[in-house]
Amino acid sequence: MFGEYSIGDLGSIFVMQGFAGLILFSVYVLMALGLAIIFGQMGVINMAHGEFMILGAYVTWMTSNLFQSYLPSLFSGYFFLAMMLAFLASGALGMLVEWVLIRHLYKRPLDTLLATWGLSLMLQQAYRSVFGAREVGVELPQWMLGSLKVTDSIEVPINGVFVMALTVLITCAVAYVMYKSRWGRQVRAVVQNRIMAGAVGINTAKVDRYTYALGCGIAGVAGSAFTMIGSTGPTSGQLYIVDTFLVVVFGGAASLLGTIASAFSISQTQSTLEFFMSGSMAKVLTLLAVVGILMLRPQGLFALKVRK
Amino acid sequence: MNANRFTNRSELIGILVLAAFLVVILPLCLDVFRLNLVAKYLTYAFVALGLVICWGYGGILSLGQGVFFGLGGYCMAMFLKLEASSVENTKIQSTPGIPDFMDWNQITALPFFWKPFHSLTFTIAAVILVPGIFALIIGAAMFKRRVGGTYFAIITQAVAAILTILIVGQQGYTGGINGMTDLRTLKGWDIRPDHAKIVLYFFEVGCLFICIFIAQFIRHSKLGRILVAMRDQEDRVRFSGYSVANFKIFAFCVAAILSAIGGAMFALQVGFMSPSFVGIVPSIEMVIYTAVGGRLSILGAVYGTLLVNFAKTSLSESFPELWLFGLGGLFIAVVLAFPNGLAGIWQDHVQPRIDRLISSRKPKAESAWTDNSVADGAPAE
Amino acid sequence: MLIGHQPKPFLLAVEGLTVSFDGFKAVNDLSFYVEENEIRVIIGPNGAGKTTVLDLICGKTRATSGKIEFRGKELTKLKENQIVKAGVGRKFQTPSIYDDLTVFENLEISFPRGRTVFGALTFTRDATVRDRVHEVAEMIFLKDRLDMSAALLSHGQKQWLEIGMLLIQDPDLLMLDEPVAGMSVSERAKTAELLNRIIKDRSVLVIEHDMKFVEDIAHKVTVLHQGQILSEGTMEKVKNDPKVIEVYLGH
Repeated sequence: MFGEYSIGDLGSIFVMQGFAGLILFSVYVLMALGLAIIFGQMGVINMAHGEFMILGAYVTWMTSNLFQSYLPSLFSGYFFLAMMLAFLASGALGMLVEWVLIRHLYKRPLDTLLATWGLSLMLQQAYRSVFGAREVGVELPQWMLGSLKVTDSIEVPINGVFVMALTVLITCAVAYVMYKSRWGRQVRAVVQNRIMAGAVGINTAKVDRYTYALGCGIAGVAGSAFTMIGSTGPTSGQLYIVDTFLVVVFGGAASLLGTIASAFSISQTQSTLEFFMSGSMAKVLTLLAVVGILMLRPQGLFALKVRK
Repeated sequence: MNANRFTNRSELIGILVLAAFLVVILPLCLDVFRLNLVAKYLTYAFVALGLVICWGYGGILSLGQGVFFGLGGYCMAMFLKLEASSVENTKIQSTPGIPDFMDWNQITALPFFWKPFHSLTFTIAAVILVPGIFALIIGAAMFKRRVGGTYFAIITQAVAAILTILIVGQQGYTGGINGMTDLRTLKGWDIRPDHAKIVLYFFEVGCLFICIFIAQFIRHSKLGRILVAMRDQEDRVRFSGYSVANFKIFAFCVAAILSAIGGAMFALQVGFMSPSFVGIVPSIEMVIYTAVGGRLSILGAVYGTLLVNFAKTSLSESFPELWLFGLGGLFIAVVLAFPNGLAGIWQDHVQPRIDRLISSRKPKAESAWTDNSVADGAPAE
Repeated sequence: MLIGHQPKPFLLAVEGLTVSFDGFKAVNDLSFYVEENEIRVIIGPNGAGKTTVLDLICGKTRATSGKIEFRGKELTKLKENQIVKAGVGRKFQTPSIYDDLTVFENLEISFPRGRTVFGALTFTRDATVRDRVHEVAEMIFLKDRLDMSAALLSHGQKQWLEIGMLLIQDPDLLMLDEPVAGMSVSERAKTAELLNRIIKDRSVLVIEHDMKFVEDIAHKVTVLHQGQILSEGTMEKVKNDPKVIEVYLGH
């Protein structure tokens, strides 16, 4: 299949596909970060994660519309406000969901899976009723359009670079919160020994609620980023949920570094394959590879060996 | 201690009631169209039955039962499609004698893996063996390495996603997104007219009861008790000398084969098979049938399937936008409030009243304590 | 399998056993030998690696290096259920019983017959099984609770039930992890009596903190500290070993 390309062409193809893969990688990482926090730290399978992401996307879309109608002069900066609003909206919904639903199910992880699936169906229908079944697209401000020409045959779109920069920033922030802040220590304490953490005065119920909300909030930000590379519909989130779960499991559930590495390898594999075959076969091959590797190494790429 | 290996008295009554309902009451009350609808729902009851064994007893939640339903259904549909694509039926095609969708996709010869499906014997064997062996491979790979619980659920879901994308993508071999349509005859016998639908309905109910008896046999054997034991204390079972993985593989394979039988019935009853019954969404919906019926109740699975599907049909006909809210709410309600589903409600609220009614008439009646076996068991919490 | 100068073969020979969890050596180059019909108690401070040793013998944890020889079989290469078949039984620290089954069914599952998938499907509850279950139930003081759901038993009764489940398995080496922990005084006395009865004709490896109990039953005591043997011998010898006193009282 390489026959018809020259070496130079192939190089450019790999770079361009690699970059396309990096945007996919950004969405995966942002989605997976939230999921990894909720699954890895709390053991809850959040099947509604895609819908939290889509909430962020809708919030971004509404903010951009508001700016267009009322504050056209500030339109170029709407995205930063939209991102914050997306975080808050998804986070707040997450907090509510945790209080109503999740906290009753911590001892039954398989049941959280079913309950959050139910939640995702309801949210999808809610989006359809409120925003309509048609997909909506966000208009990007002028400065994000266009692309940077790196060499004659390689150019990269600016919004892609922006999304990636954003991803790096958010990942660093999450890493800081989870590993350096007092609150992150509390979360990890609760994960390792819930009863003991409660006994030393950590409010475990509160830690759970904020952890869940944080995970959902990050999904909201992922939704914001998502609007730049795709259009938003009520069921857009569902398409990503299985991929994202595989990213998390593949990386080894409790490891932030693992999540990033696995998002990188999965997205790069897929986008490189996509150039040589149909998108659907590329996806089949990628997923098969991931499932195959998980069968050989079920603990994921990064996992500690401990006495259980 | 009940010596009967299949069933105790109250279960036998339950089976007879279900039999009367499916064999007598429904055929008398419903027209052929509605009866065919019931037949379609009952094909999912096979899946739900499998999930009772695998998920309810074994604690193994598979979110990929649609895969096995689909494999069974596609095997059957391939046979029916080949019969419907005889040379004279397809003489207008550029290559007569192959299924129409292959012709549309510029395929000029029947692919090798289609050829054996000319034989009905092979097809029936394939309906059982293909999903069975596939489940064996997945199960062996996962359970031998101690992958279980949520990980297993996610992997099965990924398998469902992979198979759907594959079926849709390879439309020359599979019929793509539209699936295999226009299935007509079974060994020359037309499956489309009303009287055929009625015969097929009774055939299906017969098969369902055979499967119910198989499930009852498993549940009342020591294997059934080991599954329950494994669900809570996997290590204790392992260190009592059992290979836990083998028992899980067995439960998963049984569930897969039951699903596949349901799928094959579906192809016969409904006259087509498509990837929309394979993927993630249908697979997880099948879990809710079991959850609504009661994940520990074999008969509950059948009632749960019928109830959810009736609700789906009537609600989505009249209030399409309400249906997803209803289904979503059902997931949440069953998990939060009724973890043992309809069977649990029956056990906790209806059965005691009936017992009281009977014992107040017959003061010397047997105590209800003799029945506290596993399946009617305590809440899973 | 004979070890040169020893006239009597060991039932269990552990040699150079090491396991490391991400660099931390929970058990470090451990060697000890258990004879036929010997009652060996392992004691040691928390984190000494006592439970890990039992985990290693029964296959729950895989050794990093070293040998565990039982009746001439190398256990480190066997699967858990094969180790059970070889004749090793293990009781866990917290009572591990099947809450959703009756006491009878709990005991029946441990009956050593029909352990394969097919065997379990075709298993019948015949007179042999019933008699054996009743016999064991009588020994573990649960004779009149056979039809009760195991979830309804008290903590002590659950411990007895698990001991009963091992008994019906009839292992050559019985491993007990803190069998009297969490029991009331009267339950403790009853358990000691029970253990004294069931340890006949088999070797027993016990982890226990209750020194009175240890003194009652032990033939030989092994003291573990930081994954290694600190002292070994009769209770009398171990009690007066300055290294043991240092570890137990020094801090």
